[in-house]
Amino acid sequence: MLILEKRPSPSRFWQAATPVLAVALTMVAGGIMFALLGKDPVAAIRTIFWDPLFGEFAWYLRGQLLVKAGPLILIAVGLSLGFRAGIWNIGAEGQYIMGAICGAGAGLAFYPDGGWFVFPLMVMAGALGGWAWAMIPAILKTRFNTNEILVSLMLVYVAQTILSKAATGFLRNPEGAGFPGSRNLSRWQPGSNPELIAGSGMHWGVVAAFIAVIFTYILLQRHILGFQIKLAGQAPRAARFAGVSPARLVVLCLGISGGLAGLAGLFEVAGPAGQISIDFASGYGFTAIIVAFLGRLNPFGILLAGLLMALTYVGGEMASTNLRLPSAAIQAFQGMLLFFLLAVDLLSNYRVRFLLAKKVA
Amino acid sequence: MDMFGGINPAVLIASLMAASVPIMLAAIGELVVEKSGVLNLGVEGMMIMGAVCGFVTAVGTGSAVLGFLGGAAGAMAMALVFAVLTQVLLANQVATGLALTLFGLGLSSLIGQGYVGIKPPPTGAVPFGPLADIPVIGRILFSHDPIVYLSIAAIAAVWAVLRFTRTGLILRAVGESHDAAHALGYKVTRIRVLAILFGGAMAGLGGAYVSLVRVPQWTDGITSGAGWIALAIVVFAAWKPWRVLIGAYLFGGITVLQLNLQAAGARIPVEYLSMSPYLITILVLVLMSADRARAAMNAPAALGKNFHASR
Repeated sequence: MLILEKRPSPSRFWQAATPVLAVALTMVAGGIMFALLGKDPVAAIRTIFWDPLFGEFAWYLRGQLLVKAGPLILIAVGLSLGFRAGIWNIGAEGQYIMGAICGAGAGLAFYPDGGWFVFPLMVMAGALGGWAWAMIPAILKTRFNTNEILVSLMLVYVAQTILSKAATGFLRNPEGAGFPGSRNLSRWQPGSNPELIAGSGMHWGVVAAFIAVIFTYILLQRHILGFQIKLAGQAPRAARFAGVSPARLVVLCLGISGGLAGLAGLFEVAGPAGQISIDFASGYGFTAIIVAFLGRLNPFGILLAGLLMALTYVGGEMASTNLRLPSAAIQAFQGMLLFFLLAVDLLSNYRVRFLLAKKVA
Repeated sequence: MDMFGGINPAVLIASLMAASVPIMLAAIGELVVEKSGVLNLGVEGMMIMGAVCGFVTAVGTGSAVLGFLGGAAGAMAMALVFAVLTQVLLANQVATGLALTLFGLGLSSLIGQGYVGIKPPPTGAVPFGPLADIPVIGRILFSHDPIVYLSIAAIAAVWAVLRFTRTGLILRAVGESHDAAHALGYKVTRIRVLAILFGGAMAGLGGAYVSLVRVPQWTDGITSGAGWIALAIVVFAAWKPWRVLIGAYLFGGITVLQLNLQAAGARIPVEYLSMSPYLITILVLVLMSADRARAAMNAPAALGKNFHASR
């Protein structure tokens, strides 16, 4: 008979090992899913996980890896702070969209003139847009005790309608022959976010992601706010006795994650995406939730998890062109990864004991 | 009977009743789940799996009835995953619910790939005969498909079970204090798993209603947040079944009115109209949660907490 025994403290070994185990299990289950779709599972897994790194076109795809990982890491690092404190910002997708709209709008206000100041201004507007969008659930939570999960999520749908309004209305390219979509920022030098080293995929958003990882690490390890976040998540009552203000934490955590999601949106619209379009929102805000958990809510873990998740995007795209694997399969695959991670997480908090029946009696 | 610029009130009320069915079914299911002390945020994922499974079954078999059963079964399978993860493997309920939604959105679009642009078999109205011909009242009360009546019956049944039966009492006990219920000898985990499966079946029916009756076709992300609105309605209803009905009609009404205004060419831009259901959900959440003492009193005490029997 199997018995679960709670560990006095989470096992360090299993905390590091469970993400690896979850990835392995996902590969097996994903392989079964691909086989059910009538594809060669080994080829599919190799195309997704091996070819982007070491295959024929790896020189190009490695850069794409950074392009995809940048926004995921930036958003996930912000989300992880809140998740640690038990503050669930699920609306990063909306904050990402609003960051992109505000940033692009601030830049395009100066079109076609503009100088060195345009891009920094856009960065600030992007962060501010995401921050402001996250402040709505934060203030409603602190003032009216409203559930931040539901409010931040509803705001994603609102942001999506604003996005389609922006693409077809107030940000539409006047020279675009009536087609939806804004002017292309990546072709307008003052407002573009180009690759810093040609062919590397490294743009300012990726740099910002790395900086965010380092800052969050320092915040969590060395700063009183990091301590308060950890305390609020692990022992809410103790945190209140220690003078941690829950309302202040909600505002700070949602604000930081909203600002970072807004930044991710701005860097995306000024760089890889190039313009505000109806299909601009790509689900990074939701995938970042998986990245945050996969990285164990640890900044450096998130860095690795973001790169891994980017691999499934880049490899998944390859698999969809080379093997005709439906792109939705990758989304299901990513969801599966989160399932397995949550399932094997049991091992870090509980000890599984085999008990013989006679011992129980 | 023409008022409000071409909008007929009787038709409006009748279509409001149909529009609220998906969220009503999903919300009454989630109410039972939450009453047992489990917070399943995966309603949207279960609904969309119900929508796609229901659609595929209905198209495959040519029967809408089998379609609804298929939808319920598909969503129950998702609910089972949630139940195993949170009840057996003791995973975090919030994270697992989110995973369920993310996975459901991907898997549903995968399953539904060959089904875009197909029309499902029709779900006929219940033949009430001459009753349906009564002016106004006939249109409002006797012109619907069976699922509309089923959803109202589900509200009544859940209300009666929770209030008058031993089963309901045990369910509420488990949701209020799993430790006390466990000490009394009730199988906390088993009761919660059953509640989660019931919630899944209801969400699946709701999802199937979207793809078979409301829209009726398959597109990716067809439920567009209905599952989340259902979760909000449970809060709005303060965990009381009849108030789920009121909440669902309120939201169904907003949706229908919004669509009618769009069709009637109202001077409000379409985008603002289509974001109104979400904005009003937020507004309602604010109004319902503002009174901290009352909001806390109504929610099941063990909501969202995992149960682990130490021997």
